[in-house]
Amino acid sequence: MIEAVSLRKHYGKTKAVDDLSFVVRPGRVTGFLGPNGAGKSTTMRMILGLDTPTGGDVKIDGKHYVELKQPLRKVGALLDAKWVHPNRSARSHLKWLAVSNKIPVSRVKDVLEIVGLTEVAHKKAGGFSLGMSQRLGIAGALLGDPEVLLFDEPVNGLDPEGILWIRQFMHRLAGEGRTVFVSSHLLSEMAQTAQDLIVIGKGQLISQTTTEQFIADATQDTVRVRSPHAAKLREILAAHATVTDDSVSGSLVVHGIPAQQIGELAAENQIVLHELSPQRGSLEEAFMQLTKESVEYHAH
Amino acid sequence: MTLLAVERIKLFSTRSPYWCSALALVLGVGLTAIIAASTDNGQLSLGVTQFGSSQLALSVVLVMAALAVTTEYRFSTIRATFLAVPNRTSALVAKTVVVAFIAGVLGEIIAFGSVGMAKLLSPASDLAINTSGEWRHVAGVGLLYGIGAIIAIAVGILVRQTAGAVAILLVWNMLLEGLIGIIPKAGVKIQAWLPFMNANHFLQLGGDNAAEQAGAGIDFKLSQWGSLGYFAGIAVALLVVALIVAKRRDA
Amino acid sequence: MWQTPSKPQSNHITERGKPMIEAVGLTKRYGRTVAVDDLSFTVQPGRVTGFLGPNGAGKSTTMRMILGLDRPTAGRVLIDGKPYAELDRPLQTVGALLDAKWVHPNRSARAHLRWLAKSNGLPNKRVDAVLEAVGLTQVAGKNAGGFSLGMSQRLGIAAALLGDPKVLLFDEPVNGLDPEGILWIRTFMQNLAAEGRTVLVSSHLLSEMALTASELIVIGRGKLITQSSTQEFIDGATGNSVLVRSPQLFKLGPLLVDKGFTVRDGADGALSVSGATSDQIGDIAAANGVVLHELSPQRGSLEEAFMQLTGDAVEYHAEIGK
Repeated sequence: MIEAVSLRKHYGKTKAVDDLSFVVRPGRVTGFLGPNGAGKSTTMRMILGLDTPTGGDVKIDGKHYVELKQPLRKVGALLDAKWVHPNRSARSHLKWLAVSNKIPVSRVKDVLEIVGLTEVAHKKAGGFSLGMSQRLGIAGALLGDPEVLLFDEPVNGLDPEGILWIRQFMHRLAGEGRTVFVSSHLLSEMAQTAQDLIVIGKGQLISQTTTEQFIADATQDTVRVRSPHAAKLREILAAHATVTDDSVSGSLVVHGIPAQQIGELAAENQIVLHELSPQRGSLEEAFMQLTKESVEYHAH
Repeated sequence: MTLLAVERIKLFSTRSPYWCSALALVLGVGLTAIIAASTDNGQLSLGVTQFGSSQLALSVVLVMAALAVTTEYRFSTIRATFLAVPNRTSALVAKTVVVAFIAGVLGEIIAFGSVGMAKLLSPASDLAINTSGEWRHVAGVGLLYGIGAIIAIAVGILVRQTAGAVAILLVWNMLLEGLIGIIPKAGVKIQAWLPFMNANHFLQLGGDNAAEQAGAGIDFKLSQWGSLGYFAGIAVALLVVALIVAKRRDA
Repeated sequence: MWQTPSKPQSNHITERGKPMIEAVGLTKRYGRTVAVDDLSFTVQPGRVTGFLGPNGAGKSTTMRMILGLDRPTAGRVLIDGKPYAELDRPLQTVGALLDAKWVHPNRSARAHLRWLAKSNGLPNKRVDAVLEAVGLTQVAGKNAGGFSLGMSQRLGIAAALLGDPKVLLFDEPVNGLDPEGILWIRTFMQNLAAEGRTVLVSSHLLSEMALTASELIVIGRGKLITQSSTQEFIDGATGNSVLVRSPQLFKLGPLLVDKGFTVRDGADGALSVSGATSDQIGDIAAANGVVLHELSPQRGSLEEAFMQLTGDAVEYHAEIGK
């Protein structure tokens, strides 16, 4: 569990993180979202004791990161895949990490196997593609078999197979009861990955909730209806809800009443339905809705 | 011990320490070879065998030690280090110990290698190491390298950039301390308290070549061992400052 | 002059139907390694075409051959009927964004575009037009070195648009962008296509591509796996089913089984019916007076379809062994 209480980080007058409180629970994948400059990286760095908070506190299972005796056995982090000496082999990189936390060196072989880098373990990390560096970073995070995992943009540079692999892997880690905290800009990806969300903007908490709730709160549910008797159905529904036409698919888009009620109305009036699909808003729509105010740089 | 092992793995799993060591060896012993080859057989003295080791090769060792830190900043592995070992002071002290130890060993190899090279090229010369002063002159090179490495690491931690750290160390060691002597009257007095001047003072053999040796003409207020202590004191003080800065700074 | 999305440039539209990029038997060998193997495809104007494949499938090599940076071992790839090298004014035909960081950090965005424009004999007013199009007008005087990756990406796109090209190539355009930037570039690419331009986008982010591309070219091990519309691609590779909810499922279920459809219990007491279209199920429900609470056709994801079709073309180990 990660717990931040009134966390602050100021650089002169700039408030990168400002009075931020949140809890990341075990057994779930928690997404960490925010526009550029929202303070996500700074927060992650403070969790890991790399940056010192100006005020407030962030603890991992009740302890500051710097108080952990063998931190890699408690927390695994992938903040930047390029934090590896380019002339050092993947194996040597993992070896010094293992030794530093008294992790058996045999574990190096295991994690290389897990991420699929066994064959290139002896090669210099500097020659790795972004995707391979990313896998090496993930191997480093897994080394100590930690209960808490932090990933910053984990799918960066991975190919579709790698993206699917890391998503399933994060779900498995959470399923084992670990705390998984993932920051990403790829909302369509996060919608499939994260069960909980922490959304920040301008250094402040915008929302902490489940992904489902986040989307439901910020977007309007609609129902897509297709029928051979569209005109008649439209007339009936117009009395209860807002109906718009989707000219591309020739279906009706109904706002304001649930699919169940539309089905009942259709049956009462003996109208044949060919489709009756409740449409959920997307995480992207919800995110744009809620962070409108806090985007640093707007496009036109 | 764990942290020492960590730093040893890190140091020896990249190539630059090997290259720097080889370069220091070639420069240090090589310069002695050139001097020996250009001096008449029998005329070579022990005092000139350490020109290479105490000047040229020392600079390379300083660069190597600084690189051990600045490359960590350059490639951000310092963050990986601080994630693995959040106690930054012990992580950096371990690095300093390992690098200083290796620099020391390298210093001894270069110093005695230079004497060996001189003997080989000028077998008729009297190059025996007998007196305590002669032992200090040769074996002291290792101590100089070890302490020099501490200074280099401290500078590396403070500056964080390779180019900056290397420039500071080379200018300081090879130029600045010598140039201060140009200042009329006060220059020489100041030089008596400059760290690398004191380091050279520690190595001074005296005797026939006294005037040619580094630090000649300066009225040192400390004994030769006192000078070494002073040099070490400066190094440790600098390291303490660097460690405090590193601890407070965001990684 | 740059056209806003609402005013499509007519000469681009007239070429709809005729492929703007055409690869025929395209092959690239490096010694014994066959990076691209007898690859043929066409890219049509007026839509966003996604270019997908596992690592090492040959996407980058193909992109580089399209742009005349690499020479094909065999076969050819034509843009508007000509090889890249034979285009009279290549930058006015093809704009490419392959890497956003090809900008001198101490040069302002405007200066960067000015020299590019000058080098191609393009008027300076194009610079202002493309800066406006990508939304960088306000920061045009600032040094590109201080730009975020998102802003650099926009500057790269502005440069690609300078010559008002008919064909645009993007390689991983959303790399490093924040959610707003991702939404912006997706909309932007779709607008470019709507103006009648040819837009080819390579990406690994399938969930993103599913939203962006209406047409797909999928390659694996240098060979074409499929070229089709995104919807056909997904439908072809994943089984379709229809999710049905009703207070009278006990009645509807057996009726559907009688018709020979496969009926499974879905989540939350719903039925998952395969082998039938939602139209058929709706008709059966209406004919039997069954009230429906939901009748949603379920589609597979692009990812599922992709994994299904490229399963044995994934060359990860060979790729990392290089």
